[in-house]
Formats: sequence, C-alpha cells, structure tokens
Amino acid sequence: MKRAETKLVTVPSQNKIPERDIDKSPILEVSHLGIDFGGLKAVDDFNMAIGRTEITGLIGPNGAGKTTLFNLLTKVYEPTRGSIMLDGQELGKMSTVQVNQHGIARTFQNIRLFDKLTVEENIRIGLHNHVKYGMLDGIFRTPRYRKEEKCIHDKSMELLSLFDMEDMADVRAGSLPYGAQRRLEILRALATEPKLLLLDEPAAGMNPSETAELMDTIRRIRDEFQIAILLIEHDMNLVMGICEGIAVLNFGRIIAKGTPSEIQSNPQVIEAYLGKKKEEN
Amino acid sequence: MLLAFLINGISLGSVYAIIALGYTMVYGIAKMLNFAHGDVIMIGGYIAFCSTSYLGLNPILSILCAIAVCTALGITIEKLAYKPLRNATSLAVLITAIGVSYFLQNIALLIWTSNPKSFPNMVSFVPSLKLGTFAISGTAMVTIAACVIIMLVLTFFTERTKMGKAMRAVSEDKGAAELMGINVNRTISLTFAIGSGLAAIAGVLLCSAYPTLMPTTGAMPGIKAFTAAVFGGIGSIPGAMLGGILLGIIEIFAKAYISTQLSDAIVFAVLIIVLIVKPSGLLGKYVQEKV
Amino acid sequence: MKTMKKASRDSFINYGIVIAFFAIFQILAMTGILTNSMAGQLVPICAYIIMAISLNLVVGISGELSLGHAGFMSVGAFTGVVVSTLLQNKIPAEPLRLVVAILAAAVLAAVAGFLIGIPVLRLRGDYLAIVTLAFGEIIKNVLNCLYLGYDKVGFHFSLSDADSLGLSEDGIVILNGPMGALGVKKLSSFLAGIILLLVALFIIQNLVNSQQGRAIMAIRDNRIAAEACGIGITHYKLMAFVTSAAIAGSAGCLYALNFSTVVPKKFDFNTSILILVFVVLGGIGNMRGAMIAAAVLTILPELLRQFADYRMLIYAIVLIAVMIISNNEKAKQFIAGFKKKGGAE
Repeated sequence: MKRAETKLVTVPSQNKIPERDIDKSPILEVSHLGIDFGGLKAVDDFNMAIGRTEITGLIGPNGAGKTTLFNLLTKVYEPTRGSIMLDGQELGKMSTVQVNQHGIARTFQNIRLFDKLTVEENIRIGLHNHVKYGMLDGIFRTPRYRKEEKCIHDKSMELLSLFDMEDMADVRAGSLPYGAQRRLEILRALATEPKLLLLDEPAAGMNPSETAELMDTIRRIRDEFQIAILLIEHDMNLVMGICEGIAVLNFGRIIAKGTPSEIQSNPQVIEAYLGKKKEEN
Repeated sequence: MLLAFLINGISLGSVYAIIALGYTMVYGIAKMLNFAHGDVIMIGGYIAFCSTSYLGLNPILSILCAIAVCTALGITIEKLAYKPLRNATSLAVLITAIGVSYFLQNIALLIWTSNPKSFPNMVSFVPSLKLGTFAISGTAMVTIAACVIIMLVLTFFTERTKMGKAMRAVSEDKGAAELMGINVNRTISLTFAIGSGLAAIAGVLLCSAYPTLMPTTGAMPGIKAFTAAVFGGIGSIPGAMLGGILLGIIEIFAKAYISTQLSDAIVFAVLIIVLIVKPSGLLGKYVQEKV
Repeated sequence: MKTMKKASRDSFINYGIVIAFFAIFQILAMTGILTNSMAGQLVPICAYIIMAISLNLVVGISGELSLGHAGFMSVGAFTGVVVSTLLQNKIPAEPLRLVVAILAAAVLAAVAGFLIGIPVLRLRGDYLAIVTLAFGEIIKNVLNCLYLGYDKVGFHFSLSDADSLGLSEDGIVILNGPMGALGVKKLSSFLAGIILLLVALFIIQNLVNSQQGRAIMAIRDNRIAAEACGIGITHYKLMAFVTSAAIAGSAGCLYALNFSTVVPKKFDFNTSILILVFVVLGGIGNMRGAMIAAAVLTILPELLRQFADYRMLIYAIVLIAVMIISNNEKAKQFIAGFKKKGGAE
C-alpha cells in the first residue's frame, strides 16, 4: 500500500512544505535554533518549516538531539539562539504553558500520564483551557458548572472514540497497558486543540499490527482535525509510510531533509543512520 | 562587643553545624528528613550527664561513652524503623522519623523525668583566653575547634577513603552503587552511625554552653540545625557547615541588636528569604528534572 | 458519567458520616453518658477534623508537604479572638458574631496563605516543607511577643509588654504576649463545629471534583505533563494552598472561641505534625480517612488518661508500626486481598 509521495515546494525561508499547504504560511518556521549544554551544542542551526496539514518525521540515531528539539519547541528548555515562529507568531519568551495555549501539544518519550486519575480525567485535563467555569462555579455547582461538565464529558468521549477507548473511561490511567497509555497520551495532547502536534516515539513498544493501526490513526487525526504533526520515530516503516517531509538529525544538526524517497537514497543518511541500523539488525 | 557577639555566634553556629552535618549526611544518602536527629542529641546529653554525675567518669570518658551509645542508637533506629521503609514514600519515612522522635522524648521522660537537669560543663578544663579586656570562653574555643576538626576529618573521609567514596556513590545513585559491588545497607548504617556520633558530641557541647537538660532539649536546636542544613544546601557537607555557622551568627546578632524574643522569627525569616533567592540553598546544586 | 456519580456518592457518604457523628455524640451528651472531659473535646475534635481535611487538600490533592499548617490555625484563632472581642457590643447575637469572626479568620489566614504561597510554591518537595515549617515558627514566635490592646483611641501594639501599650483606663488588652488571649467569650458550640465542618467538606470535595481540582491533581501526578497541557502551575498550587489556609484559619477560630484562654504556643510545630499524622494515617488524599483518623486520635488520648505516662510512648510506637506495616509489600497484599473479599473494591 505504497502511497504517492507528496510534492514538496519551497517557501521564502528556503524550507520546503507540501504543495497543498502553499496558500497559507507554514504553521511552524524554525530558524537557526540551537541550545548548548555546557560546552556541548546539543542542537545547532536547526532550520525547518512545517505546512498546515503536513506530517513530518524527525529521525536520527539515539542522542542526536530529537527529544531536545521537542523540548525546545515546547519551551521546556530555553533555546540558546535562533527563533521559533508558530503560526506567524514568535514564541520568544513564552513559557511551556503559553506555548501550549498558542497551539503546540506534545507527547513524551517516557510516557507522562496523570497516573492516579482516570482515562477520562486525563482527557479532561487536556481540555483544560476550553473549560469555561471558575473555581466558585465548581464549588457551588452552578448551572454553568453542570452545563460545562456535560460538555467536557461529551468531548472527552468523542476523543476516546478515536481509538475506541470509550469503555476504558473510568480506568485509572496508570493501570492501562503500555500501548493504551501511548494512545491516551496522544488523545490528551489532541484535547488541547493544537495546531501542531508533536509525537515522541508514538509507536515505541507497539507490535507491527498496532503500529499499522497507529499509522492510520495519525493520518486520520491529520485529516479530521486539519493539523500538522511532527513525529520522532525509530520505526522506519511508520516514518516512510506516513511522513511527507523528513528531517534527519545527527549530532544536533540536520544532515538531510526531503521526501521519504530522497531520504532513503541519501548516502549521508545511510551512513549515519540507516546503514548503522542495518548492521544492528 | 561586636567581636564578642561574633565569637558567641560562631560558637553557637558550630554546634548547629555539627548537628546539621548529621542531617545533611543522612539526607544525602537516604533522602530522608531525619526529624529524630535532634532527640539523639538530647540522649547524648543525658548519657554524658549520667556518666559524670552517677558513674563519676571523667569528662573525656563521658563524652566517649555518649558517642558510643548514640552511635549504637543511630544504627538501631535505622535498622528497626527506617530500613523497612527504604522504598516507601518520603512522607511515610518522615512520619516514622517523627514517631522515633516522640519515642525518644518519651523514653527520656520516663527515665529522667521532665525536671531539668543541671548539666556540668564538660569542657571547663580548657581555660578561657584573655586578650586585654576581651575574653573568649574555653567552651567557645573547644566548640569551634571541635567543629573545624570534624569538618576536616569528614571532608578527608568522604573525599579520600574507600568508605567515604562508597558513601558519595550511594548518595548519587543507589542502584548503580549496588551494581558496583557497594554494600548499600552497610553504607547507610555507617552514615547513621557517624551522624549520631556527631549528635552526641553536639549534645555535650550544647549542654556545656546552655546547661539545662530536659527531654525536649534537642527539639529546637534540631529544627534549627535542620534549617541550617537547608540554608547551606541540604546534602552538601560544606553547606551544612556554612549554614550552621551563619545561622548561629544571625541568631546571636538578632538577639543582641533586635529582640531576644523575636530572634527565632528572624532566623527563620532569613532562611525563607535565602530559599526564595536561591531555591537550593547557599551551596546546594539545582537539579533539573529530565524530560 | 459513572465516575462523577461515584465521586458525588462518596461526598454524600462523608456528609452522612459527619451528621451521624453529630447525632450520636449529641445523644450521648444529653443522656449524660459522655464524661465532662469528653464533652469538652467535641469542639476541638471538629476543629482538628477540619484542619486534617484542609491539610489533606495541600498534602494529598496538591501533593505538597506542609509542616506549618498550625500557623494558619494560629492566625485564624487570634483573628477570631480579636474580632469577637471587638464586636462584643456591636453584635449582640452570639451566633452571628461567631460567623463574622470565622469569616474574618478565614480571610486573614487566606491572606497569610497567599503571601507565603507566592514565593514558596516555586520551591519543590522538601524545601517547601522546610519553608512552611519556618513560617509556622515565625507566626508562633511573633504572636508570642505581640501585645495588642484596644481603647477608644483605637488599637495599640507593642512587642515588649502589656504596660507599654499605653491604654486609657477603659482600654482592654486583647493579646497578652506568651499568655495569649485571656477572658475570651466562649462562642463555639458542637453544632457550630459540625456546621463549619460540613461547609469545609462541601468546599473541599466540590473543589476536588471540579476542573480546578483535576488540574491540581494533574500537577501533583506529573508537573511537566500538566504544563504541556497548558495548566499554569503556580495558579493552581496557590488555589489549593490558599483555600486550605482559609479553612485552617476558620478551624483555628472555632477552636479558640471554645476556650477562655488561648496561648500562641498551642499552635506550634507539634500541632502541625499532629495534623499531618491524621492525614497520613487516614490515607493521603482520602478525606474520609483523614476525618476518622483525626476524630479517633483526638478521642483516644482522652480515653487513655489513666496511662498518662505511657500514652505518648504508645502513640509513638503505634505510629512507627503503622508506617512500617502499611508500607510492607506483604501486608499491602494481605489488606488488598481482605478488601476484595469484603467487596469493598
């Protein structure tokens, strides 16, 4: 089920985004982004643009700086240099919380759920900034509280139905099986209504059939919600199968960018990553 | 006057520092707030008191006796109360430590009653030093000297000896230390032993300077020394030292120049300000959570 | 909606328990079965239960260790005393005066909570614990040297002694340093205590079961993930902390207005710890457990009066034993198995 490759076109910043998104400015434009840990340039001179509805892959060997890049985009780390433009707005001095409110949501490589809360409550936390009642409404159980709670419940269930997880709504998140935890984390991120969704190794720990299902769902999320997705993944089938643009990171720098077929035939990539991967297998 | 207050402050601070060392070492290695530490000081005081008053031992022997008993006590407490909680939440350990603290206080209350005992100055054999009109008491000199010696020995111990290195390894990463063949349980026991031995010394010095001994004697110095440890950056040995001495100086100066009754409030207010400005204490390291 | 139902069912069971507790002790008191000393403990029990559930909001729900909760109780207690003394002639109706005093106490304790919370909640874990401990000690220490009087000119403060207040002849000394407040008019009653407890429970349970409560728990479970979900950490931590402080303040007022004298030393580190013990023994985050632990541990020492000398020793041993047993894997499995058999899960 090989799909036709998306044609990438160049935007003014010399980065490429899918042709269909060219009418609108890219959702994310990163230029010369970098961070130093002590003397180490963990990420350096990172440039990238992501189209409004693009699925982009970020690959590279372990320790290449992929998760660090996610931490920079979500302001868990403060960049040492460079700029991040989200939907035409510079993230500048924004905090992690503000970045989320402006439209970037993420999942974590080592799953970070609210373990003691239920599955539904986890989603409700994701919906937090769309809940329109205050502390006093909650304490005095005003009509607004009742109306909003009902509305959040419906939204949560709707989101859970994406992964057919409605029947798990009352299960404690910490007691879910691993794969379900990963899916829940994606749903929680989606609940914040992002414009750009960052997925950190979404297929880690999944078996091939689960991974195939995940690929479908990621595409479906993009189509239904019309958002951009940037994902880190080691599973090459997934990356090559659903990503339209791919960036390869090694030692904190981009060594190649392009469509899946361009990446697969890039000798530098093969040397740095795919070649090594083959040896391992 | 100013110099006299400073000497007094350093002397009191040295006692805090010795107690704080016990807190900080235990925190560093077992990641627990050992609230019973202050009460070990009190027990040390009582043991020394009994050895001189009832057994008629000379001061040096009494102090050794107190150190021996407290060391044994520290190891026993760790074995019986804290070891079963190695994997429990820090709150459970904290409550247990408070339980141990109550236990020690009440045992002391049963044995020695709540009547204050008048503690004989155990270090009176050192004469006071006169510089013109200005005099430094023997007790102050011994206290400061003890503090400096303990500091030097402990630094040497943790930096140079095998056991000391094991101790630092365990405090960095228990699991990795165990894989390297370090006996974690024994190392933790040793830390408690050292901390409790120091508490005995602190008890004797504290009671020599402030000679009323009661079952609650250790509580307030314990809390203050704990504050000193946090002040300097908990887990850091030089930090405990610095924190203790600064705390002593601040307390004495607050008493002298602001208000005797408000001195505790001032000490704690300074602590709060330091932590707000420097959330990990003066010499503590700030560790960012890995994402 | 099953979770919602379970949560509200739990809440209503808790209200029921409180009302049943009131009914039983009221009957015991009326029939004279209750000894005088026990009857005297009823208001303090209410106050301690309120303290326990309010601390549980910080420790259990928000996940922050506070070792200075008695400080807020103290602020509330002395605010209550001052307000009720000042309003003695202005509001003759005692219940109304009590309500006003409690509200004032809650507001002032909330302000104290806010002031200490803003800087402190940036700190983590053990550092937060130590700062709250320091705060409690500061409150105790300051109240211990605070003299406050009132005459027709207005308030008079002093930090040295009562004579230096310079009161005119009709003036009254409200706070008398280490001796605290003397000649307090007793306004609290068991009924008032129960009503305040129900109100406190209502506020805490409804807060926990709202979006705000979920945000607070999310921060507790995983701070970084909560931030990534767009939840402002300080705002919600402060919400829990200030609410808790306000409720503790009201409990302090209830407590103080039950006695004719209140001393600052009453609200020291040991009281903070006592309340923390209620929370931990009751099961962290479990409101019902905290209530029961607070009630039992306040009544028990009264019953054990004849063992006065050994009372605290036994308490210490029990405390250590409970902690060790409840954290033992085998014991945990045993209890879990027992619960399953009993159908409690």
